[in-house]
Amino acid sequence: MRKAIITVVGKDSVGIIAKVCSFLSEANINILDISQTITGGFFNMMMIVDVSEATDSFENLAGELTKYGKDKIGVDIKMQLEEIFTMMHRI
Amino acid sequence: MAGFNYGVNAFEVNETNNMIEHNNLDVRTITMGIGLLDCAAQDVDTFCDNIYNKITEKAKDLVKTGEEISKEYGVPIVNKRISVTPIAIAGASACKSVDDFVKVAHTLDKAAKAVGVNFLGGFSSICQKGMSPSDEMLIRAIPKALSETDIVCASVNLGSTKTGINMDAVRLMGEVIKEAAELTKDTDSSACSKLVVFCNAPDDNPFMAGAFHGVSEADCILNVGVSGPGVVRDALKNAQGLNFEELSELIKKTAFKITRVGQLVAKEASRMLGVPFGIIDLSLAPTPAIGDSVADILELMGLEKVGAPGTTAALAMLNDQVKKGGIMASSSVGGLSGAFIPVSEDQGMINAVEAGALNIEKLEAMTCVCSVGLDMIAIPGDTPASTISGMIADEAALGMVNQKTTAVRVIPAYGKKVGDHVDFGGLLGHAPVMSVNTFDCSGFVNRTGRIPAPIHSFKN
Repeated sequence: MRKAIITVVGKDSVGIIAKVCSFLSEANINILDISQTITGGFFNMMMIVDVSEATDSFENLAGELTKYGKDKIGVDIKMQLEEIFTMMHRI
Repeated sequence: MAGFNYGVNAFEVNETNNMIEHNNLDVRTITMGIGLLDCAAQDVDTFCDNIYNKITEKAKDLVKTGEEISKEYGVPIVNKRISVTPIAIAGASACKSVDDFVKVAHTLDKAAKAVGVNFLGGFSSICQKGMSPSDEMLIRAIPKALSETDIVCASVNLGSTKTGINMDAVRLMGEVIKEAAELTKDTDSSACSKLVVFCNAPDDNPFMAGAFHGVSEADCILNVGVSGPGVVRDALKNAQGLNFEELSELIKKTAFKITRVGQLVAKEASRMLGVPFGIIDLSLAPTPAIGDSVADILELMGLEKVGAPGTTAALAMLNDQVKKGGIMASSSVGGLSGAFIPVSEDQGMINAVEAGALNIEKLEAMTCVCSVGLDMIAIPGDTPASTISGMIADEAALGMVNQKTTAVRVIPAYGKKVGDHVDFGGLLGHAPVMSVNTFDCSGFVNRTGRIPAPIHSFKN
């Protein structure tokens, strides 16, 4: 398993999760966990996903997902490998 | 899914991404050290061919790999660089004249550009005890080499705790710095920003202009320099009222987090390139970007301006806590690792100079407790070579006696006087020309020979 963290931040609207999930489904990225809140009209989501069977290189997919978020949904999306967070916050 | 209990939470993810997006957390450089000893040849053309081939072969994937890692983890990797074996050693048999060494500098520049790196360091001489003919020729070649190339950096180690200070090299470097300034007078004497003089230079420093690949190193290694003054500054924003123990703890924890990012990038780069990982250098290296400043950190600790009484103590504490956090975060901490206090690269330092709070003498005191030395300081263009040699000797003495690295990178800005400005652009920034003590020291620096090593160097 190769875990990555996806963060989605932006103005709330209908279908954000659906659109992100359909992108992930097409790229064969499996969702392991989702947590999501809305504060002051702002949508904030964190997903833990498994990218080990993904259809393209991580580098390309991360770039495409960011672009997709910006062009198709109007939110900021980042996908980063999990280790940058575990290294920083776990001893 | 018990594993989730150990996974990261949204707060931690936000904290990390906030450091990257708002506080300029970055990996400042991945520096590939490449040994050139096996490139030695009898004639300079063969030597140049050999080093060009070796550098372009070893580093061919360096930039691409750096960019890939940057995308995978979402953390910027600002520079990809190369350091090479000091050319005065590697080129000793091939180079028979000053012009031969200049030719080598051109080859290094060409090779570095061919693989797309930002800088290449190692046009260097290690001559703390004495200069060989090739050391002296290389040093004399520096002004021409730096003014005719774009991304080659030069360094000279002319003192150490173990050997004392080579005052012949100190005297020569005063002249060399002046000459380099004059040859690049059209660009604010920019060659001097690529030239640093050291005492106790580390073999594995990934930061420029002082990076070189020491002869004790393996054939090819990766050293990673992490930075993050902005992150420390942000952590200290809410630190009013903390006592010194709490303040230390806060800096240390932040330094730990920053270094861990470097450790991750180093490990990954090493795996992808199939090159052993050398060291992490955790240095708070400021940039001209607003907020990415060591001076701002010192001011948040309670100083009105850097240079105020208490500055040296504040910097000592900052530097020590950065090292402590870094040591815990990686088993291979090396290089310089501490806080850099360059003037031109740090907007807070520039402001302090312009406000009249900070002068060269205070900066010299600060270098006793920080990790480098008099760095990126513009001084009047008419400063005599002997005065520059005197400044170098003072810094080298601090390093020699205190068993630490010290350095001098001053820019005697040609044709400029106190109050004028120099501008180098990019990471090198801009700087006000600072006044230098005008009393003469030529009677001292013109003596020949070596200042003997201090008594505490005898540990055998």
